Formats: sequence, structure tokens, C-alpha cells
Amino acid sequence: MKSLLATLALSTALTMPALASAQPVTLKTTLNNYGGDGAYLALYVTDPSGAYAGSLWMAGGKSKYYEHLNDWYRATGGDPAQINGITGASVGAGRTLEITLDLADALFDAGYTLHIDAAVEDMRDSPNEVAVPLTTEGAGTPVPGRRYVADFTYDM
Amino acid sequence: MIRAFHRWPGLIALALVTVLALSGAVLAVFPVAERIAAPQAGAELSVATLAERIQTIYPGLEQIRRAPSGQITAYWFEAGQPGAAVIDPTTGRGVASADPNAFQRWLTNLHRSLFLGDPGRVASALGSVAMLVLSVSGILLVARRVGGWRNWFSRLRGPLAGRLHVEIARVAVIGLLLSSATSLWMTASTFELIPDGGPLLGIPAEVSGQTDAPLAGLAMLGDTPATELRSLSFPYDGDATDVFTLKTDRGTGYLDQGTGAVLAWADLTAWQRVSETIYMLHTGQGAALLGAVLGLMALGVPVLGLTGLTIWLAGRRGRPRIRANQRAARAETILLVGSESGSTWGFAATLHEALRAAGQSVHIAPMSSFAPERYAHADRIIVLAATYGEGAEPSSAKGFLTKLDACSDALDIPIAVLGFGDRSFPAYCAYAQTIAEAVEAKGWPVLLPYDTIDRQSPQAFARWGQALGAVLGIALELHHQPTPPATTELTLQSRRDYGADVQAPTSILRFSLPRATFWQRLTGAGSTRFAAGDLIGILPEGSPTPRLYSLASSRRDGFLEIVVKKHPGGLCSGQLTALEPGENVRAFVRRNPAFRPDRSRAPLILIGAGTGIGPLVGFVRENEQRRPIHLFFGMRDPQSDFLYAQELGGWKDEGRLSRIVTSVSRGQRPRYVQDAMRADAPELVRLVQSGARIMVCGGRDMAAGVADALHDILAASGLSATKLKTEGRYVEDIF
Repeated sequence: MKSLLATLALSTALTMPALASAQPVTLKTTLNNYGGDGAYLALYVTDPSGAYAGSLWMAGGKSKYYEHLNDWYRATGGDPAQINGITGASVGAGRTLEITLDLADALFDAGYTLHIDAAVEDMRDSPNEVAVPLTTEGAGTPVPGRRYVADFTYDM
Repeated sequence: MIRAFHRWPGLIALALVTVLALSGAVLAVFPVAERIAAPQAGAELSVATLAERIQTIYPGLEQIRRAPSGQITAYWFEAGQPGAAVIDPTTGRGVASADPNAFQRWLTNLHRSLFLGDPGRVASALGSVAMLVLSVSGILLVARRVGGWRNWFSRLRGPLAGRLHVEIARVAVIGLLLSSATSLWMTASTFELIPDGGPLLGIPAEVSGQTDAPLAGLAMLGDTPATELRSLSFPYDGDATDVFTLKTDRGTGYLDQGTGAVLAWADLTAWQRVSETIYMLHTGQGAALLGAVLGLMALGVPVLGLTGLTIWLAGRRGRPRIRANQRAARAETILLVGSESGSTWGFAATLHEALRAAGQSVHIAPMSSFAPERYAHADRIIVLAATYGEGAEPSSAKGFLTKLDACSDALDIPIAVLGFGDRSFPAYCAYAQTIAEAVEAKGWPVLLPYDTIDRQSPQAFARWGQALGAVLGIALELHHQPTPPATTELTLQSRRDYGADVQAPTSILRFSLPRATFWQRLTGAGSTRFAAGDLIGILPEGSPTPRLYSLASSRRDGFLEIVVKKHPGGLCSGQLTALEPGENVRAFVRRNPAFRPDRSRAPLILIGAGTGIGPLVGFVRENEQRRPIHLFFGMRDPQSDFLYAQELGGWKDEGRLSRIVTSVSRGQRPRYVQDAMRADAPELVRLVQSGARIMVCGGRDMAAGVADALHDILAASGLSATKLKTEGRYVEDIF
């Protein structure tokens, strides 16, 4: 379990004064047995207009492969500052990535969406593997991914 | 120094390098299989047409990729389910699963990271460094061994493990260099030490906002041949701001989904091109044939490892423990050893032991620790020196000659130099000879004249020991048997006697083949496999030292035949020439691959005198393909010692022997075999020019006379006997 306290590199939306009220949120991503090497996962948030708001986590250490996380890469231009300090190892097939971080209350029930882009060596790129609206109601409800993610849950 | 750079990386990284090479060799198969199996796109097919075909069948198409092998894979979503398949470009239909092969993935992870992630990648890279160091040091060692780059592919001599090691290495090394160097580049690329990432393409801010244009209407897709495609990603369905992402062999760009306009484009960078080329060279993806060749070369690595280990172990085993070694400052006799594989140490230890037993105080040391200023009580220095390759110093003699040259004054300690070597090498005992000459040039007193031991001959060593003992005034019996051979009983079948009238009693002895056990047949051990020119070691009663004779027959002939001359007072020759049919001797076969005719149809020039005719007769006897053979045979008197006279005539009639030139050394006009050769010079030159191979068998004096004659005859026509020797076209078997 990886724990992270308010060191998010989240941009504008999340650095509002409302950051004062934040609470720990656990993000749990379980991969299915897709029969490939470790998956790169980018977890990030878009605002109500669909624009990139900030990154939450990058699973996968080698930036040369980030271009395969298509949507994240298009949104950030692969900017390493976006994931500075929130990078970990890639996640093997069938494994679970669990991270806990402090997320601003203002992100919830305000039209923000949490996205996961996924990519695996020699397999398809899967942008928008998961896209789940951040709502207090939706917390704790598993959401399936498109190709690699068996289910994703955020818990407050 | 170079040897240390070869030995230690080899021993330390043996297992790692073997794993990398074997996994790499198997991995090389996949690109070949993929290249064969992948349906290929025709040259006229455009990306637009290909994409249309696929989209017709898979409407939710998201991405098309083309591997360097030409294999096209499509990825789509259908009713929310992800789909993927290998595509036949002529139909656009999926023909095979796109899932990665689990075994290939497993092997790839073993090969590049030993299943250990990034630390494993570093370990693999260190294995590549070891391979690189081994290749470079190995190249230098081979060049030294064969006597220069120009002789890179010359014939090899010496023990099997060493020959096999070099034989494989000199072919495989180019592939091993390429594989290890490229792998280091790839590791550096993986760890992002090389700026070979794609160029950053700005996301187009302005798009036409149109969607649903037909693929055929997108100009660039229509212009790009499918064979140049790397990948094409489709815009999200219904997202008007999204674009096509096209990657080709030239670069990457974004296309407007409505107008097909190129919104952004970046060519591949030079770094990218270099990295891609290196990736292709290493993996064979996009160059399957090269990959297969590299894979085959990598298969040599386990054999190189095993033979290398064998060479190293043999060297270690060969070096015996020396008991009670006197200190250099106290010893009367200084014994200096220059050994390459360790076998010379065995002889030195025997000599050390025998001298000590005779009451001498002896200091034994490698030649590299030569320190004349410390030899305060020394009465004599004995140097036993092997030779490395074409006359280089052996490993334990490092720096000896420099130290010798540095001694300004003549040393007043008498010196004896004994060389150890193999006459099948052109530079026979060249290093020992250099020392002997250096000592002579310095005017130092000589204890014993320079002498040599051919192929670890125990007889020659015992003979030299007697001479040393005579000088020292002690009885010195040197019995050194390098590796005690397993002997079998041989029964004499028949004998024919010659030469009694010319004081050279000589017998042709024919022994029955010993009955081989099944195991011996299976492993080729014992005397079950032999050919004319191989040696037979006879253990005479009353001596542990075997005597070697050349075989005049092959396994196929069904008997073992040797020619023996009775030496006055000779222990073994006396017993052999007295042997009656039905009686037994103890013997073993020793292979002698250096003295054997090649398999070509080029003419053979066989030169021999006296008992030296033995192996030559064997070659003629088995000459079934009727290759031209010219035999020069020297004898004393045709009435008395014309060995094999009858058979030779018969073989000539049958065409197994083209010509026989005899020379007779007794009588009115005495003539030696070298005289006959000089008289036949034009024909010899013609034969050599037509590719003939020369094989000489006989005593030392005769061989020296023949060598001089050959040198003169060939030199007059601009040919070189030395060059023939280097090419393996001039071989000698001298006793």
C-alpha cells in the first residue's frame, strides 16, 4: 500500500483554497490476467469541461514508454513535472495497485472524472481504460475497465 | 595480460553468458517464424485502402500496427469488448490471434532481465560486457596463436579442446561482438541514457471540426504505402477534436479526421534511427535472416564455455605440487619453467624429484621469476620452456627475455635449455630456441647443448635426462608419463623381416585387432578407432615409459601394423623384434590428427626413409579414390631393406600409387632421399603449384635434409616451405 499526503502535483482545479478541506481517498486498481508484461497505468483527473486537471499516479518508471498512455500523453505532452513524486512501478497482470492520497473535497460531486490510461508492451494501448465520475455516492463501487483493468474502486 | 582478461571474465560470467546466449539463440527463431507466417502487404497497397478493408470488417477499429516483419495487427472495440487480430492485408480479415506468445515473452524476460526487473537488466548488461571483453581479448589471443591476422582461418593444431575453442570462436566472434555491443546500446536506451525518444509533437489546437470523412479522402493515408506503415490510431468515435495519429518509417504526425490535412509532422530523429537499427540488428525483427545467423553463432557460446573450462582445468591439473623446494639463494640447481598449458610443469616436477633423489638441492620456479642476482650458490641453471603459438613466450615465462637481456655480464653459471613443443607447428620450440640463441649470443657457458622434446615424448625426455646425468656425474632416470594411458594386450599376427644384411634389422609387425567392448565401440575409446599416421604406444617389459611408433594401417584394414628397427641395446625395439606370432605386448593408441592426409583430391607427396615408410604405406593402402600419390623412399640396399617392395608394386598397378622414387644410400653411388628430390625438382615444383600436400616421416637428420632440399627447391621457384607449413600443406612426423 502506497500512502501519499497532499504532495499532489494537481494543477489549478485542485490547488483552490478548498484544498484546505481534503480527505484521504484510497484508489484500488485490480488488473485481469491479460497475459502480458507489467502494465503502465496513468491515473489522472479531468474537469467538467473534459480538460486535463491533474495527475494522481503514474505506475511505470520509464518515461520513454509514456507516449503509449495516449490520452494522458496528449493532455500533458509527457511533462515529467506532472508526475513528479507520484511515480511507482508498473503493475503485473492479476496484481492490484492500491494508493491512498489526500484529495480535495471540491473534486467530488463537481463534474470531475477520474481516468486511467493503460499500456502493455507488445499489446494494445488502452487510453481511457477507466473513466469514472468522482462522486461521494460512487465511492466504494467497483467499475470495470475496458481491457486490462478488472475493476477500479475509490474509497473515502 | 590479455589472457587474464579472457580467463577471468570467462570463468566468472560462464553461467550468465551461457543463459543469455542460449535464450538469445532460441529468441532468434521467432522473427523468422513471424516473417514466414505473416501475410505480407503488396507494394501497391496504400494505408488508406488497408484501413478501409479492416474497418469494413471491424467497424470499431481503433489502431492498426505493422511490425517490422510485415505482420499487421488491428485493435478494435465491438459492443464494448476489446478485440485484436493479425490481419491479412488482402482481405482485411483477422487470420490469427494477436496475443503475445507466452513462451516468447518468458524467454525475452529471461534474456533481458533474468526475471529480476531493472537489477536483472543491469546483470544482463554486465553479462554483455563480459561477452564483449571475452570477444576482444579472444580476437587478440587467436591472432597471436595463428601468427597474425592474415592467418585468421589457418589450420589449427594442438589438443582438441583448444582447437574446437578457436575453431568456433573465430567464426562466431563477429556475431558475439555484434550481439553484445548492440545489447549494451539497448540497455542504455531502456535506462534513458540515450536521447532516442520520439520528438515531442504539439497537440494541434485547431481542427476542422468535421468528422466521418471517408478514409480514401485522407490524402496522406492514400499516399503512404502500407509497407511503410508503423501504426495508425483512429480518433475517438464522436470526438470532433480528436485526430488520426500516423507513424511511418519516416516519422510521426497528426491528421485531421475531416479534411485529412497534416496538422503536425515530425521526422524520426537521428538518434531514433540509430536505436531502431541497433534494435533490428540485435533482435532480428525486420532482419530475420541476420537474426538467425546471430542466433546460430550464439549457440557456439556454451561450447566455447565448456572447451574454455576444459582448457583451464587441464592447465591447472597439469601443474603438479612441488615438494621440498629449496630457496633460490641456497640451491645448487635452478630449474626455470616456462609452461603454457601446465604440461611442462609435469616434466619439471619429475626432473626436480629425480635431482633431489640424487642428493641435489634444487630450486624450481616459473621463468618469469628469473633473478640471477639471487642465485648465490647455483652451479647450474636448467630452463624448460614451452612455446605459445607462433613463437611467443608461454604464460609462466612472462618477461624472461627482457630480464635476460638486462644482465649485462655473462653469467658464470652454466645453462641448459630444453624446449617442449609439437613438431606439427611451424614454430616448433621457437621460444626455447630464442632463449638458447640469446644465451649463446651472451657467451654464457653451456651446460648441455640445446635440445627439444616433441609432443611430450617420454623417451626423448628420458634420453635428455641421461645426458644431463652424465654431465652431472650422477645416474639420472627420468620416467615421466604425462597421463598414464589405458593399455590393451595386442597379439602378433605375423612378421616380415628386412635389413639384416645391411646391419639394420627391421621388421614389419602385424597385430590382430583387440576385441573391443560395446562401451569402447560406443565411445570410440581404446584402440577401436585409429588411422594410418596415428601412434601406437608400446610399454616394454621393465620400463614404465612407453615408446611411440607410427601406425601403417587403419581400422578398416582390420589389423594394426608397425615398422620397427632394432636399435643396438634398445629395450623396446629389442623386445618387439624378438616377438613371435601369438605373443603379446601391452599397447595403447594415441591419435595424431596433425599427420593425416586431407580429404582433397590434390596430389600427395610422401617422403620417408627407413621405418618412416610405415604411415606413408598406410596412406597409399587406403587410397581408394586413386588420388595421385608420389612416394619418395630412401633405403640402404634394395636387396635387403626395401620395405613393402611387393605391395608397393601392386598398388602402383592398381593406381593407388602414381609414382615411386627410391634412393639407395649404400653401394656405388650412395644417394639419400633429399638427393632424389633435388633431382626431381621441376616435377615437385609443378605438383606443389597444383596444390599438392607434402608429408614427411623419418628420423631427425633425414627430416632436416628433406626440409633443406624442399626449401631450396621451392625457393628457386618463388614458393615458400614456411608458408606451406603455415597452411598445413607441409607436415612432418619425426622420431
